[in-house]
Amino acid sequence: MNYDRYLNPRIASVPPSGIRRFFDLASTRKNAISLGVGEPDFKTPYMIRNAAINSLVDGETQYTANRGLPELRQEIGLYLKGRYQLSYDWNSQILVTIGASEAIDLALRALVSDGDEVLVPDPSYVSYAPGVVFAGGTPVPVTTYQKDDFRLTAESLEKAITPRSKLLILPYPNNPTGAIMEKHDLEQIARVVEKHDLFVISDEIYSELIYDGHVHVSFAALEGMYPRTITINGFSKAFAMTGWRVGYACAAEEIIAVMNKIHQYAIMCAPRQGQVAAQAALRQGRENGYESVLTMRDSYDRRRRLMVNAFRQMGLECFEPYGAFYVFPSIRCTGLSSEEFCSLLLQEKDVAAVPGTAFGPSGEGNIRCCYATAIDKINIALDRMADFVSKHT
Amino acid sequence: MTKLETSLLDLLQEDCRLPLEKLAVMTGATLEEVAGAIDGMEKRHIILRYSPMINWDLTDRERVEAMIEVRVTPQRDMGFDAVARRIYRFDEVKSVYLMSGSYDLLVLVQARTLKELASFVASKLSPLEMVTGTATSFVLKRYKEEGVVFENEDTDRRLVISP
Repeated sequence: MNYDRYLNPRIASVPPSGIRRFFDLASTRKNAISLGVGEPDFKTPYMIRNAAINSLVDGETQYTANRGLPELRQEIGLYLKGRYQLSYDWNSQILVTIGASEAIDLALRALVSDGDEVLVPDPSYVSYAPGVVFAGGTPVPVTTYQKDDFRLTAESLEKAITPRSKLLILPYPNNPTGAIMEKHDLEQIARVVEKHDLFVISDEIYSELIYDGHVHVSFAALEGMYPRTITINGFSKAFAMTGWRVGYACAAEEIIAVMNKIHQYAIMCAPRQGQVAAQAALRQGRENGYESVLTMRDSYDRRRRLMVNAFRQMGLECFEPYGAFYVFPSIRCTGLSSEEFCSLLLQEKDVAAVPGTAFGPSGEGNIRCCYATAIDKINIALDRMADFVSKHT
Repeated sequence: MTKLETSLLDLLQEDCRLPLEKLAVMTGATLEEVAGAIDGMEKRHIILRYSPMINWDLTDRERVEAMIEVRVTPQRDMGFDAVARRIYRFDEVKSVYLMSGSYDLLVLVQARTLKELASFVASKLSPLEMVTGTATSFVLKRYKEEGVVFENEDTDRRLVISP
């Protein structure tokens, strides 16, 4: 049967994920060391898991409110106020979603109309551009450069703006580059946003993973940006809770109401046990100064330094990534494309990394290596990569 | 304790074979600072030795372990310290702790055979004049020690590649 007649051409127009193709390739190598993961190597702290276990034992198996458990939303409100100086009313301005991913999808569907242009820094997380297309908009990549440490600059942003531009996605700390935006960087972006009357989706899922004395600044905390920003965050990265699928969106009451309209019809509510666990994570963090988050962060930071140093010693140009848990070295000196480099590295050395091009065309010439892996494995992988690089340069 | 010292202890506890160069890179300190900090912690007896964690159950060495709850009469001026010293000098004794609760000292003992262990309790420990009673429990299986799980259950369940 020919299904083309039935399938939505807009969805069909989006090419399959570059990650997926590489996943299939890497899955055939049973002994490969993977630097290609996009999640913590820690398990969710046991106290948090235990909260979900207790909730199941107590028979808490029902739907929650569409917007999420009130206790969780109150904790999110306290967390954002305490950590990032953001004031959101728990009842009308916070929506609990199935991971930050759902929050991004809801935000795009709530805001984008047919033909709207959405500015997406490139390279970036794989979901933004397809999400824009699904919502009927046109993603407009805004190239970020290694010379700027992959920060988004006001200049590049200005160049990409047209009369159809409506929305800017700000994904910092960034996956795949590990780039961060400091306050003065964000302030320059804020000026452009105001001048062109843009709305902003600020995906801050890696906000807790920021190193070497740098601090995360929430875009909505900048002067004038609060009413025109949807702040998105979640529990996956900071609390090592990827599989629980809990995230949230915060914005003006009017925006959250529309996002909730889609959410209530499509999803009903995020799974209860994930919400219970998330609430425990925030309450415990508030009570003990986010001890488990800080311990994990220290551990990532040591491995980050190890990896950056090793790439530089191999002769790969590598800017210092101060956020997330990725290093994004340039492999141009090998003369190979990102795809070729990663394919050959996997075949010859059993090390999996992700080609930068999986995150947008501007990722060409770089590869994403995740350091959320045991130190002994990182060391073996880096030794193998050093051999590989010296053979291919 | 400095931040560097704390970081080094975290790293060394996990893998004490990490070379100084890597420790320096990971902590953001110089080679000299790292060497100095480790040396200092060795001198202050914070780091006592560097030894591997061994799962003896997988070797062919015979080994019996027991935990012995010991009740003792504390000695004038010395409290429990003198008794503890008398006990920890035996080679069979791996650890000694002063405990709160219904007994005084917890003694971890290791021997090659049950007979050797029984003989330790009967002819070495119990006859000490300040020991007033013992209760011996044998270790049947070790599941986790010093944060390390002995069963081979900790596999990485993550997808090989994910966005």
